Amino acid sequence: MTVLAPAGLEERIEERLRARFPGMALRRQIGPAVRELILFVPAASIVEVCAFLRDDPELDFAMLSFVAGVDYLPREPRFEVIYSLLSLSRNARLHLKVQLPGENPRVPTVTGVWPTANWHEREAFDFYGIEFTGHPDLTRILLPEDWVGWPLRKDSPLGYEEVAFTHNTPRRTKPSPELKRLAPKKVKTRAQ
Amino acid sequence: MTLNMGPQHPSTHGVLRVALELDGETIVAAKPIIGYLHTGMEKQAEYKTYTQSIPQTDRMDYLAPLSNNLAFCLAAEKLLGIEAPPRAQAVRVLLTELTRINSHCVWLGTHALDIGAMTVFFYCWREREGFLTLQDMVCGARMTASYFRVGGLSMDIPEGWLDRCQAFVDAMPAHIDEYEQLLSKNPIWMGRTKEVAPLSAKDAIALGATGPTLRGSGVSWDLRKAQPYSGYDHYDFEVPVGTVGDAYDRYMVRVREMRQSTRIADQAIRRIREIGPGDYRLRDYKYVLPPKEDVKTSMEALIHHFKIVAHGFFPPVGEAYQAVEAPKGELGFYFISDGTPRPWRMKVRAPSFVNLQTLPIMVRGRLVADVIAAIGSLDIVLGEIDR
Repeated sequence: MTVLAPAGLEERIEERLRARFPGMALRRQIGPAVRELILFVPAASIVEVCAFLRDDPELDFAMLSFVAGVDYLPREPRFEVIYSLLSLSRNARLHLKVQLPGENPRVPTVTGVWPTANWHEREAFDFYGIEFTGHPDLTRILLPEDWVGWPLRKDSPLGYEEVAFTHNTPRRTKPSPELKRLAPKKVKTRAQ
Repeated sequence: MTLNMGPQHPSTHGVLRVALELDGETIVAAKPIIGYLHTGMEKQAEYKTYTQSIPQTDRMDYLAPLSNNLAFCLAAEKLLGIEAPPRAQAVRVLLTELTRINSHCVWLGTHALDIGAMTVFFYCWREREGFLTLQDMVCGARMTASYFRVGGLSMDIPEGWLDRCQAFVDAMPAHIDEYEQLLSKNPIWMGRTKEVAPLSAKDAIALGATGPTLRGSGVSWDLRKAQPYSGYDHYDFEVPVGTVGDAYDRYMVRVREMRQSTRIADQAIRRIREIGPGDYRLRDYKYVLPPKEDVKTSMEALIHHFKIVAHGFFPPVGEAYQAVEAPKGELGFYFISDGTPRPWRMKVRAPSFVNLQTLPIMVRGRLVADVIAAIGSLDIVLGEIDR
């Protein structure tokens, strides 16, 4: 395995965060095969934490690599948002996680900290319906604007669905009965 | 005035649509609109075993399928806590570097064609053909390789293949000289790319740009050097960087990168020869298919084969992120495993998706013709952006 961060930096990151945000609930994800440094941060303080990590001269996480949503149906809190941070000068990676409830998942946007978050957050909104409050342009990015539903949620079916677009078959208002007979609609979720 | 460039415009390299807000011929704002190629690969991966997802990765950056295979396999290997044998690692390095040359050839040819230099296109396609033949020999596919597996390679390299690679690598520097003769000092090329679509280092970092787009702006950041994988720390190469971050700098960075890739490929061939014949994938049959010959003679191998094909392998519960320096930038896979043979979540960090965000900054206040040069100099692949 490649050692990413210089020795001791992982503890140093936690230490500095605890010193700067004394009352904040900060938890490190541990597990048999958790190969990254992952810290859980309360959703309300994500912007402050990110700004601190970016501006702190010792840590210098100048780049945001990506933002990703995760759905943990049927667990509650159901959603997680992963922020992958990269420090070019320290050659270190850090993953921050925010847990969100199944009802109205919302988290403040970090586009003010890293402009690159703009498209990543739009993607997470598009896939999971997670609302990034304060986002300058929170619209669907990969799916059509008039799409209904959140495709990467675990209760969203994979296939065996009515066709979404019937623009080239104007007379067909609903899918033909044969289509349903061939492939009965069966919602498969991989809930544990 | 609002002008739509694309999604069928030939110089948008696929199905990219850019909504341009114009004042005369000057661009006030540009908004890239993407998603025309979206196929839900991240969703599909949650319903496939890890091995079944490898062919999907070919279709993301279809100009560098092997880089995608590598990123996927390395991320899965990191999750499993295994490492491919040395011979497989050296073959992986050789093939991904040849892929980089191929990807840059396609980029150079199409970028020059967009700007009006047609000759380069044919020269580049000649070398691309050479590489595709090599890839065809090793895995039987010209475009969608799916050659790497978790734990190694799908099969060993064929006899005589290394000599063919050596011939290709030896001929490459002279070909790169040809491209440079056609373009580097060409007044029209310089006029169309110098001081066009500039990107400052600060903007590039804030917008998350990686790969030649970041290095063109003068930031020396290459994952092969910074966070070496597949034994890249044993290879001797340099990381070319630009100075001002215009389209010409990005061109220079990529052309010089092709020369460095030639160097690495040369070393990789020597390394494979030094290692000699050996395992091309792990013998850990909990995760890796046993050799086909054994399946026909050994009961145990047959059981392993059956289990892996029917169920897939069972990774531990955990998370892993592994990024590689793909031709376009940082390509990473983030796996969340719940202990079942299918990933709970697979997130693809696609370099083109992130790099494309820099387009509005590059073209603001410039002319419509510069948008073509800017898109070309970004080297995007829509299959990867939309996934």
